[in-house]
Amino acid sequence: MFKPSTRHNIPAGSSSAALEVKLNKRHFSFGEQEQSSRYRHRLNFYSKPPSLDITIDEFESFAIARLRVLSYIESLSHRSLPYQQFSSTVATYLKQHLPLASNTARNVDLEAERRKDEIGHWVLRLAFCRSPDLRARFVRSEVALFKHRFETDDFVERAEFLRSLKFDWELVDETEKMSSASQLRTCLGQGKEDTFKVESWFKVPWWTVPDLVGSRRVFIKGGMAYVPQSLQLSLVLQAFAARLERALEITAKNLPRLDEDERLGPVIEHLAASFLSGIGTSDFQPSENNAAVTAEMVDDVARKHFPPCMRNLYDRLKRDSHLKHFGRLQLGLFLKGIGLPLDEAIVFWRKMYGSTMSDDKFNKEYKYNIRHGYGQEGKRTNYPPRSCQQILTQNQPGTQDTHGCPFRHFSPETLSSFLLSTYPTLDRSSNDLKEIMDSVKNSHYHLSCTRVFELTHGIKKGEGLGSGESVTHPNKWTERSRDLEK
Amino acid sequence: MPIPIKDDPMVDYDPSSPQVMNAFYRRLFPYRPFFLWLNQDHAPAKLFTHREFAFTLAGDVYIRYNSFHSADDFKKELLRLNPSRFEIGPQYSARPRDRKTLAAGALQPQRRELVFDIDMTDYDEIRTCCTDKKICKRCWGYIAAAVKVLDQTLRETFGFKHLLWVYSGRRGIHCWISDSQALDLNDDQRKAIVTFLEVIKGSKEQMKKVNVRGSNGEAPLHPFLEDTLQTLKFDFARVCLEEQDCFRSERGWETLLSLLPQDRDITGTLRNLWQSDPGRSSSDKWHDLQSRVAPLEDSDQHKTFRRYQRAMQDIILQYTYPRIDSEVSKHRNHLLKSPFCIHPGTGRVCIPVNPSLVDEFDPDTVPTVGELLSQLDHLPSEEEQKGRKIEDYEHTSLKPYVEMFEKHVAAILRDTRALKVKEESMEF
Repeated sequence: MFKPSTRHNIPAGSSSAALEVKLNKRHFSFGEQEQSSRYRHRLNFYSKPPSLDITIDEFESFAIARLRVLSYIESLSHRSLPYQQFSSTVATYLKQHLPLASNTARNVDLEAERRKDEIGHWVLRLAFCRSPDLRARFVRSEVALFKHRFETDDFVERAEFLRSLKFDWELVDETEKMSSASQLRTCLGQGKEDTFKVESWFKVPWWTVPDLVGSRRVFIKGGMAYVPQSLQLSLVLQAFAARLERALEITAKNLPRLDEDERLGPVIEHLAASFLSGIGTSDFQPSENNAAVTAEMVDDVARKHFPPCMRNLYDRLKRDSHLKHFGRLQLGLFLKGIGLPLDEAIVFWRKMYGSTMSDDKFNKEYKYNIRHGYGQEGKRTNYPPRSCQQILTQNQPGTQDTHGCPFRHFSPETLSSFLLSTYPTLDRSSNDLKEIMDSVKNSHYHLSCTRVFELTHGIKKGEGLGSGESVTHPNKWTERSRDLEK
Repeated sequence: MPIPIKDDPMVDYDPSSPQVMNAFYRRLFPYRPFFLWLNQDHAPAKLFTHREFAFTLAGDVYIRYNSFHSADDFKKELLRLNPSRFEIGPQYSARPRDRKTLAAGALQPQRRELVFDIDMTDYDEIRTCCTDKKICKRCWGYIAAAVKVLDQTLRETFGFKHLLWVYSGRRGIHCWISDSQALDLNDDQRKAIVTFLEVIKGSKEQMKKVNVRGSNGEAPLHPFLEDTLQTLKFDFARVCLEEQDCFRSERGWETLLSLLPQDRDITGTLRNLWQSDPGRSSSDKWHDLQSRVAPLEDSDQHKTFRRYQRAMQDIILQYTYPRIDSEVSKHRNHLLKSPFCIHPGTGRVCIPVNPSLVDEFDPDTVPTVGELLSQLDHLPSEEEQKGRKIEDYEHTSLKPYVEMFEKHVAAILRDTRALKVKEESMEF
């Protein structure tokens, strides 16, 4: 069934160093003939659905292999690893589960690898087109996968592949380059004159490269972003994502009309479900053995068992009788997590707002949100307490906000004085504080937090929340802290 | 039944009274340009019919997901519900009012003006004249600077043309961008433009809120910030040094010193100088700083000079760069108060503001609903009016604002029409 080898597919001109990636329509030669194999390139934009026979077994196993890779990439991307490490970890994992070799590779059944890659992708499309949420996550992980492969692709083959996509990007001509020279040079960074001279730019509408715009890495004028060749990757990824998104929406629309084989339905359902459950790992599951907390007890628990972020919010709330929205959310869900039932939560918040707020205002504007957090209003989702990762990355605190992670969102001076005043066991002159501040400087917020836990609970360094686990969730801190007290 | 305001001496035009609001909606609200502004066409299109409106009724009742077939339909409902204010959302994939009959997830936001919201609250830490809900001509200086910079960037950098600036009725300003490219932006793209524009970041606990020079803090400014800085230099001198006198108080100048590189030679001597002369004005203090930094430029301390120069530029940005409420702009489904609403607290109309005259704008001179209605009390009687039917608003001080709005809408319509012609000709 498979062709034994596709080595004859190496483009004839590949050795004659077509080293520059020039993407101009005029440069394309249209005479290239469709070669016998479906897969001339290692990379794939998945623009034409495969029409071939596959067994039901392959249908499922190829999809599961790919799903595993995508979930793995997704969970990795939440761990804020340095890019290099991320990339090498993905590479190892891919090699094992979904290898894809370049055209020049020996002793590899390229056709089989690429077929597996393609089929897996198309099956998952069916599974993930159903809701906007699933679609977004699928696109994100697929893009990450594609990016990784694109970056590791053979230089010549990649150029060949890009040429086959026939993008229509406008090249900035020399006069324009010179007239905006200083701006272009600034945005290029590392201002070597030589790099500037040989660099060339594409001009595209700014919204086609949102990532480059968001990070201010391109010069923009009159709505056009000037993208240097060196950042071409963004353009390609954007095109990949945009096409995939559009295709998924169309699939979603047509899915109900699809004369679906009833053997496939359950498989697809199952795939979607397992992707969803995959993310739950950093979520907090309250354990049964911790006794419920009442409104009365919160103060005591706060002093003994709250992690820094919650202590900060709680102290603020005590002082100001008020918290801004995201602060209320962060603290409220956390309290739910430590076992404060809904009716006690209402008592607690009512008490904390104190006399500065009328009962009427409280009932009207605040009670709803508390009940909402407990899944008693609106779409009735029982929201889980925020994890460290969510606190660190979502809803960044604005100028008047107090929520967030002290290690990340306080300036170093404020942080150290906050820690010293909150945890009297910490010693200003000791090496420990310096160590904590150093981790903060290197953006290892969870290490700093874990170290504070160890120091305030008299635990040996490196033990963390038990067997070396670091703090990844405020509720885990509290749970462990209360366990230790017993 | 119409309420005879004119003959009722008891009405004192309190904006929280339902009669007053009703009279405003009945006689003064500019329905025609309002409809055209949202719809961008004369015949009702999805941009209007699938658009969400949210009403706030008396007693803080909030009704979301209203939608209307036409401008008349909208007016009828507005008069019936008589809301104290209302907000505008996006065009959805279906009519929002039908949402209960739709499959789950079938109601998705699609197109929406790109909006920005600047609110005085975010300036509380740097304004010295008022606090909390108050606003005066002096603190408006911050908003004016913000409007100028944002308007310039949105037009020149991003190429938008149809920007409508609207006073929010108390202490803020909104911007609505109606270009078709702006309507089409998805949430990721909105987020990208917001991240691009956002310069002031960090929570209450963070002194330095401007970090725009890469990870080493020494990279050159992005060209758009370089341009912005040229504009803001003047506003900084006028607003922060003169009007607000930000560094006069000890807290003020201590903040200033904490934002500079810690260097005993300069910040140390400045601290001594300022402590010994507590009445020194902000301009003088800024000058003190400049005169100590400038000589370093040609000396062997060029590096220190550069560090101070960067810090001073960052201070100018921190004190005058627009502080936008980014959540409002990032998501298409965020609701924003409509232009020409009445602010329930102040009674002021949310009128359009001309960005090139924003320096002269004075929130205290914005017409209130009370003033407008009493101007209507002194209408010339029907017989005196000859010729064409004159709309009620034309007799009031609302007139120039409605005209400004109409001009803005006409420009949008011209563009959409041209776009349509182009599309049609492409089809043949």
